[in-house]
Amino acid sequence: MSALIVIAATIVGVLFLGLLARRGTVMDLEQWTVGGRGFGTIFVFVLMAGEIYTTFTFLGGSGFAYGHGAPVFYILSYGCLAYVISYWLLPPIWRYAKQHRLIAQPDFFAHKYDSPALGVLVALVGIVALIPYLVLQLKGLGIIVGAAAYGSISPTMAIWIGAAVVTAYVMVSGVRGSAWTAVVKDTLILAVVLFLGIYLPIHYYGGYSEMFSAIDTAKPGFLALPAKGESVAWFDSTVLLTALGFYMWPHSFGSLFTAKDDRVFRRNAMMMPVYQLILLFVFFVGFAATLKVPGLKGPEIDLSLLRLSVQTFDPWFVGVIGAAGVLTALVPGSMILIAAATLLANNIFRAFHPQATDATVSRVARLLVPVVALVAVIFTLRGGSTIVALLLMGYSFVTQLFPTLIACLLPRNPVTKEGALAGICVGVATVAVTSLTHSSVAQLFPELPETLRDLNIGIVALVLNLVALAVVSAVTRRRAAFA
Amino acid sequence: MPFVKYLAVLPFLGILVGVPLLNQVQPLVMGMPLILAWIVLWVVLTAVIMAIVYRFDPANRDNAEPRT
Repeated sequence: MSALIVIAATIVGVLFLGLLARRGTVMDLEQWTVGGRGFGTIFVFVLMAGEIYTTFTFLGGSGFAYGHGAPVFYILSYGCLAYVISYWLLPPIWRYAKQHRLIAQPDFFAHKYDSPALGVLVALVGIVALIPYLVLQLKGLGIIVGAAAYGSISPTMAIWIGAAVVTAYVMVSGVRGSAWTAVVKDTLILAVVLFLGIYLPIHYYGGYSEMFSAIDTAKPGFLALPAKGESVAWFDSTVLLTALGFYMWPHSFGSLFTAKDDRVFRRNAMMMPVYQLILLFVFFVGFAATLKVPGLKGPEIDLSLLRLSVQTFDPWFVGVIGAAGVLTALVPGSMILIAAATLLANNIFRAFHPQATDATVSRVARLLVPVVALVAVIFTLRGGSTIVALLLMGYSFVTQLFPTLIACLLPRNPVTKEGALAGICVGVATVAVTSLTHSSVAQLFPELPETLRDLNIGIVALVLNLVALAVVSAVTRRRAAFA
Repeated sequence: MPFVKYLAVLPFLGILVGVPLLNQVQPLVMGMPLILAWIVLWVVLTAVIMAIVYRFDPANRDNAEPRT
């Protein structure tokens, strides 16, 4: 019971912080979503890090290491490349958005391409991609509450509790609350992950070399990429897909508008890669669990960190671990909820009700928060996928926006708005069809060589996206020239 | 920074080309499988490279005109 008490106290504390953060500022739409563009380096750093270190890394990362082995290393690799890209990608986006007072990703695309339809499409892609991302946070919350209750709360109940907490948190605070909680969260998660990643391998094996040697002996091949399936081709295509998609998420795009100047991003590009190294300790926990709590299969692998913790520590400390876990789900979860509700209200509701005032749109956004949460709960309860699989699905969707974005940042944009619409539609449709039918490149084209068969389906969709984009742009451009 | 910015290509080569070439467990480096140690090395090198790029980028000078 003491584990649950620690977690409940954390949740109450976080809601209280959210309330404090809200006092004293008038919450208009810009205030609520981008915090008035007034944050400095440290705050933006923490805020951006706060979104990156989520349930995905804490439970999903350790679970993937536990269940899949070496393929988990892709998580450490893609962030690095994404930060390199961000050095040149983010400043022009930020400058353009500030100049035109844009507060959301679809506004950016609509404004650049002078096409409200493209704005609506980008908003829809964003919402579709955010749902699996939100689902994985709720799944994580459910796992934590369930494990901390030592079986006295059913998984279904745990997910409902998690969803209620995220919703209440967002309704109370908005983005300021997220920033303050992110400070608390990052400190706590850092301490917990470092402790677990150092203590568990030493406690159970005597050290890292001993642990990896033991795993290499017990499961030969587990610590390198396999020849088939999650092979080097899978690794490269997945790293590339996720590195390109990193800043395409509507909420990452939204949080970059909170920066005070564009130098913040260039400074982050050199600081953030090092911060990535805390991921190592999450992997160590997953690897430590591989031989000590064996037998978790399929979606259950996400339980491995908590299963090993329950086996190792007193309930009160499991409560502390759970509290850190709750925060890593709550902060990004709230960001995602805000992003999805704002997209729906500002970019879809408003597109069809152009006369609506800011106050109305703001109210609609708030009302949509519990609706979005409810949809996510329904998907969460259907279950079936691991946390990592859910995030990769979301990435396959958002990365489809990348070619259109890069094109519009070029001095002379070669892509027409028709080309942009066609490319995104083709890419997203490919991802949707393959996710719904659970097909992989290997199943669709069994005669292809192994290297091509293992490619991440999102990369294949990206190639089709580019082809459609190029062809339609060429056709519409020529027609415009003859007209 | 005419040439310094091309350093930014190195992390892509290190990870996308290096990892397939060094996909093996032994020898353990600092207790980690070789492939993991290689990725860790590139995480650190990426930070160093981006620090060099930042340093030589005229946009980051204090008196820099904001680029349009």
